[in-house]
Amino acid sequence: MPTVSMIVNGREASANVDPRTLLVQFLREKLRLTGTHIGCDTSQCGACVVHLDGKAVKSCTVLALTANGSVVTTIEGLANGDQLHPMQEAFREHHGLQCGFCTPGMIMSAVDIVNRRGGDLDEKTIREDLEGNICRCTGYHNIVKAVEAGARAMAAKGEIRQAAE
Amino acid sequence: MAVKESGIGASVRRREDFRFITGRGQYTDDISRPGQVVAYFLRSPYAHATIKSIDMAAAKKMPGVVEIFTGEDIAADKVGGLICGWMIHSQDGTPMKAGPHPALAVGKVRYVGDHVAVVVAETLAEARDAAEAINVDYGVLPAVTDPAKALGSGAPEVHAEAPDNRIFNWHLGDKAATDAAFAGAKHVVTLDIVNNRLVPNPMEARAAVAEYDAGTEGFTLWTTSQNPHVIRLILSAFVGLAPEHKLRVIAPDVGGGFGSKIFCYAEEVVCVWASKKIRRPIKWASDRTEAFLSDAHGRDHATKAELAVDAGGRILALRAHTIANIGAYMSTFSSSVPTYLYATLLSGQYAIPAISCTVDAVYTNTTPVDAYRGAGRPEATFVVERLVEVAARQVGLDPAEFRRRNFIRQFPHQTPVIMNYDIGDYEASLKKAMEIADTAGFPKRKAEAARRGKLRGLGYSAYIEACGIAPSQAVGSLGAGVGLWESAEVRVNPVGTVEVLTGSHSHGQGHETTFAQLVADRLGIPIENVSIVHGDTDKVQFGMGTYGSRSGAVGMSAIAKALDKVEAKAKKVAAHVLEAAEGDIEFKDGKFTVSGTDKSVDFGTVALNAYIAHKFNPQELEPGLKEGAFYDPQNFTFPAGCHICEIEVDPETGQSEIVKWTAVDDFGVLINPMIVHGQVHGGIAQGVGQALFEGTRYDESGQLLTASFNDYAMPRSSDLPSFAVDTTETKCPSNPLGIKGCGEAGAIASPAAVINALTDAVGHENVPMPASAHALWRAVQAMKPARAAE
Repeated sequence: MPTVSMIVNGREASANVDPRTLLVQFLREKLRLTGTHIGCDTSQCGACVVHLDGKAVKSCTVLALTANGSVVTTIEGLANGDQLHPMQEAFREHHGLQCGFCTPGMIMSAVDIVNRRGGDLDEKTIREDLEGNICRCTGYHNIVKAVEAGARAMAAKGEIRQAAE
Repeated sequence: MAVKESGIGASVRRREDFRFITGRGQYTDDISRPGQVVAYFLRSPYAHATIKSIDMAAAKKMPGVVEIFTGEDIAADKVGGLICGWMIHSQDGTPMKAGPHPALAVGKVRYVGDHVAVVVAETLAEARDAAEAINVDYGVLPAVTDPAKALGSGAPEVHAEAPDNRIFNWHLGDKAATDAAFAGAKHVVTLDIVNNRLVPNPMEARAAVAEYDAGTEGFTLWTTSQNPHVIRLILSAFVGLAPEHKLRVIAPDVGGGFGSKIFCYAEEVVCVWASKKIRRPIKWASDRTEAFLSDAHGRDHATKAELAVDAGGRILALRAHTIANIGAYMSTFSSSVPTYLYATLLSGQYAIPAISCTVDAVYTNTTPVDAYRGAGRPEATFVVERLVEVAARQVGLDPAEFRRRNFIRQFPHQTPVIMNYDIGDYEASLKKAMEIADTAGFPKRKAEAARRGKLRGLGYSAYIEACGIAPSQAVGSLGAGVGLWESAEVRVNPVGTVEVLTGSHSHGQGHETTFAQLVADRLGIPIENVSIVHGDTDKVQFGMGTYGSRSGAVGMSAIAKALDKVEAKAKKVAAHVLEAAEGDIEFKDGKFTVSGTDKSVDFGTVALNAYIAHKFNPQELEPGLKEGAFYDPQNFTFPAGCHICEIEVDPETGQSEIVKWTAVDDFGVLINPMIVHGQVHGGIAQGVGQALFEGTRYDESGQLLTASFNDYAMPRSSDLPSFAVDTTETKCPSNPLGIKGCGEAGAIASPAAVINALTDAVGHENVPMPASAHALWRAVQAMKPARAAE
């Protein structure tokens, strides 16, 4: 079995994998980073969104081998130690989650939206850019509010990183 | 946090959120056991077929395969089948005709997705590979998916036990009085209504991990359940896998349920059983297409509905005949949904003198159908609110005025269909909703939209539901196989912290916050000192779980009852500490005081003293501070309210857009308004999904055509508006907290509001659900000649 290596949440991670192993399986099963979830088989739901070299990807659609040598951030790596990321804080403050299953992917996508579009987001932009993440609990109402507030907080704290094009 | 900031009525931020926003939730698929293997189910590709033979020789030799089991293996071990827990009798007095429901098919498969075999292997990839190598020789039979056709003579027979595929022909109400009212009515409204089949689709698909401990001869099952104790009861008492004291069922973090995780499923049975056969822990995790095929679906009613109205716009009677598609097997509560959870709500918010409802429940070669958010009540609301809206149009009254003329205004109110409404104020929620929605300004907005070439419509839905399921005496007399109480235990630790063990289960509802608010409020202690324990049959002794918006009204009432006992016991301890008579002790704001003095002691000190038994005479005062309670409700609760949908349709494309949504609900006392509003938002989204997007389609041969998120339209963020949500309050008199329940209201109210708005916009009543752009475009085209003539 081939070996795959990458930096996950700031740490070197390496394992031998079946070549058909998906990135999400590598993260969940090899690294036991179970915060990244699997909600569908067709790249529709976004529960598996992580950042790969600074950009949001659906980790169910990336082979682990494709990510060899990359830098990956998962929901577990978003906070700075005990200091929550502003987007995590915003989801809690605005009741942007209920069952919590879509939440890691939502937050990772939301951070990516802000990185791409900046901290001043209107409702229409948020709703259109979150299309790739399905939530069955919240009706999106409070998620939209959370992303709007999280974006402002990221801007205020200077936490917006322009993704490498 | 100060008690007043965390007590009843405060929008406390959720205590469970930290683990979810940091990726530390523990869902069933996140749990892995040492030595674990993986189960993969081989499912039927045919909707109806005999199994002539299963050749597993090649598959068993595949890499990583541990074992492959079929229905014959389970039957040989005398493992029972799955059950339906609610007995319904037909009009002629005969009991419902249910066929057997084996966990793995024996001899015949009855829907696409039915369980044929289970492969247990070291990895999922190996299990899938081996499943592909199994050679099943099927004898394909004709299939039937349409319940009306299934009832016809010559239709394929799904179960030999149910001739004509009819499980029951049930009736509720007064047929003679209803027919008489129709005979004398000035107006009769008739509608043919299809309540579309839905797939619940919680974002976490179902999963199970089963482990057998040969040392203790006990099983542990981690499963995606809304009611682990009910699963344990079924697996023990009916399936017969293990006695209850040898079976621990844990429902850890569960990623949404919406009803679909109430039921006991084949995969749970098979994993538990097989874990003992192979003596290794087994994990099964459903993929999304498996979820579409095998999670119980919702709704799927076809109804002929009629309303009789007098010249003054007063409703005289309602008559309905519903054909309910049950699918290929009777799921756990499937029989109760189109009967006692449906027809009992057909009075809506209105004083209707006579109601008659007949229901035919039908087997078809489709996925089993059971409770989905609202369960019967959305179907009833849709029937009532469509009839009322169309009646108003037919009689020529404003739809709000028509509703007002017929509202129930005196409580308690006995309907002709069992329910006794305890309290409500339907005028108040209608009035407030109309103000927020600015219905007075609607004609101006409609005209403005018309200038832009758009058709704008306004639709009301004044719904009622029955929650707080359920008074055991009542439901027992109607056929329920179990009591529907809830249990709680309040453990006060010597340091004054409190653990509450509840039989309710939280899978998004926020019980770890709201239940703690009640405890903090009642005991006058910081909310940080309270923890809520749920979802584990070894920790929580008994419970009936979470469904039917029952956790507040029933689950919290059980906690309140246990808290009463804790307070009574604590007063005895306080009397000892304060050297006063027990009758002189008052408890308020976390302090025990000797009445009329300044002598007092705080809750923590009393808790500690309860355990220092050498300080008092244990013959007079039993040590400890821990109390349990079972609470059985006196009545259902009756949340009600009014939702108003304003929608625009583009006549050229059929595209619709909800431009404003207003919801005013009466849920009684609110524990946490933030969480209540969140429940309403989610419910509306699911109801709008039903009305506009979600259609479950089978082809003639019984293939499910909508078995992925590519093919089944889940509402996305860009499909929905933000919602204007508000409440009115009449305190529920039927439980100690005045709570009615809020979990299902949005899904119950919203489909009728959408369709009433769309039919208003396009100008005729034939708009199906889901009202896709194509369906709306056709509806608009049908009205073109009429509009041209105007």
